[in-house]
Amino acid sequence: MAVAVGIAGYGACVPKYRIKAAEIARVWGEDGARIEKGLGVFEKSVPDIDEDAATLAVEAARNAIELGRISPQAIGALYVGSESHPYAVKPTATIVAEAIGAGPALTAADLEFACKAGTAGIQICMGLVGCGMVRYGMAIGSDTSQGKPGDALEYTASAGAAAFIIGREKEEFVAEIEDTFSFTTDTPDFWRRQHAEFPSHGGRFTGAPAYFRHVIGATQGLFEKMGTRASDYDYFVFHQPNGKFPLEAAKKMGIDPEKVKPGLFTPLIGNTYSAASPIGLCGVLDIAKPGQRILLTSFGSGAGSDSFSIRVSEGIVEKRGGYKGWRLSDYIAHKEYLDYALYAKHRRKLKSL
Amino acid sequence: MPSENLAITWRRMPERYRLVGTECQNCKTAYFPARKLCPKCRRKGRIVPRQFSGRGKIYSYTEVFAGPSGFELEVPYLLAIVELEEGPRLTAQIVGVSEKDVKIGDEVEMVFRRIQEDSAEGLIHYGYKFRMRRRG
Ligand SMILES: [Zn+2]
Repeated sequence: MAVAVGIAGYGACVPKYRIKAAEIARVWGEDGARIEKGLGVFEKSVPDIDEDAATLAVEAARNAIELGRISPQAIGALYVGSESHPYAVKPTATIVAEAIGAGPALTAADLEFACKAGTAGIQICMGLVGCGMVRYGMAIGSDTSQGKPGDALEYTASAGAAAFIIGREKEEFVAEIEDTFSFTTDTPDFWRRQHAEFPSHGGRFTGAPAYFRHVIGATQGLFEKMGTRASDYDYFVFHQPNGKFPLEAAKKMGIDPEKVKPGLFTPLIGNTYSAASPIGLCGVLDIAKPGQRILLTSFGSGAGSDSFSIRVSEGIVEKRGGYKGWRLSDYIAHKEYLDYALYAKHRRKLKSL
Repeated sequence: MPSENLAITWRRMPERYRLVGTECQNCKTAYFPARKLCPKCRRKGRIVPRQFSGRGKIYSYTEVFAGPSGFELEVPYLLAIVELEEGPRLTAQIVGVSEKDVKIGDEVEMVFRRIQEDSAEGLIHYGYKFRMRRRG
């Protein structure tokens, strides 16, 4: 990279409510234990009735600002990536900006690229910050995703958000982003048409030609671009549509699965879509030591992957130590279970709601 | 549901989205919602905007079983008078807990939530609610 850019602050948000995969399986007459084993997902987060992609994004953004100790007025660009923006027309990014006190001297937009819209925002911010157009950029991935009742996606589609402040002052970094590489093709593995409530997907087709081809293509492309290899990294965070795919991707690339597990949260909170790999990165940043390296690869259906090589900075110790807000581990521990009836009410799955 | 005048919604966003009120620099009294005139100092008052921390305590609360229209999915919910640490009191929902989990004096913090929507095609109103502060 021509100019060093890095993460100056980060924060996550996961709703309090959970439903167990076994409870969903009970309603549809499926074998809960078999589903848990097959997907590697035991429970997923459920948003409260008054939470949506905008409110989750605001909370993650506030956490990132508090940890990063960055003035919201210094943020010159703000992008919110989601497949569940509250409005079809009217940006989520402006709601977030107003709520955190950023702008009006600000460029902002909503991004969509299935589950990788959050990391696309990180790349845009890297460009704007790197070339000096803005001092700080904020990139957020946030979703309250839905699966059709009874569909396989219903066991995993969940809610969460993660926010990152990208800057270029090295002494403010919690981690430097060394480089990025993307791998993009037109692949019809998953989609949702305008006005359709629930997405459609290609079933088994979502595996090899979609997830694995793009995640491996981007990760190996980044290795080649930088001249690095798996053994150079301490942690790998992959997009996690379920608990199995990230570990399988690691296996296919000869990566030690123990380097993947610390950033794998889908088994506990489900697939948070645009927030999935960004939340994984937040979890790893919460435990990583200065000097350690993290490789992050997102995946968005349709399809593409963004890979990032990240080196943890000395500055993380002080910022992380002084942070008094909610950490990812707090959100994960702070939970309350819903049964399927309450879950249906929360997700407004009943037609009359 | 009757929808609020758009100009009013828009003007109140700083207040509702991030608890911006005012303060009189003369007598140091904090006001939320914002006041344009200090009732204590009158003409001597010097009113400036003030960002509130969002931390406070439950001063009083009640459980609502029959809410206004638009809140059908949320009942029962907790409605509280919250005393902000800067002094002012305001009325807001307490989220994520039920009646048995709260008592007067409990510490709460502001969260950003959906308040209501005008209709399926209408505006979505966002604003502050409170949740219990994390212990430990
Ligand atoms: Zn006064």
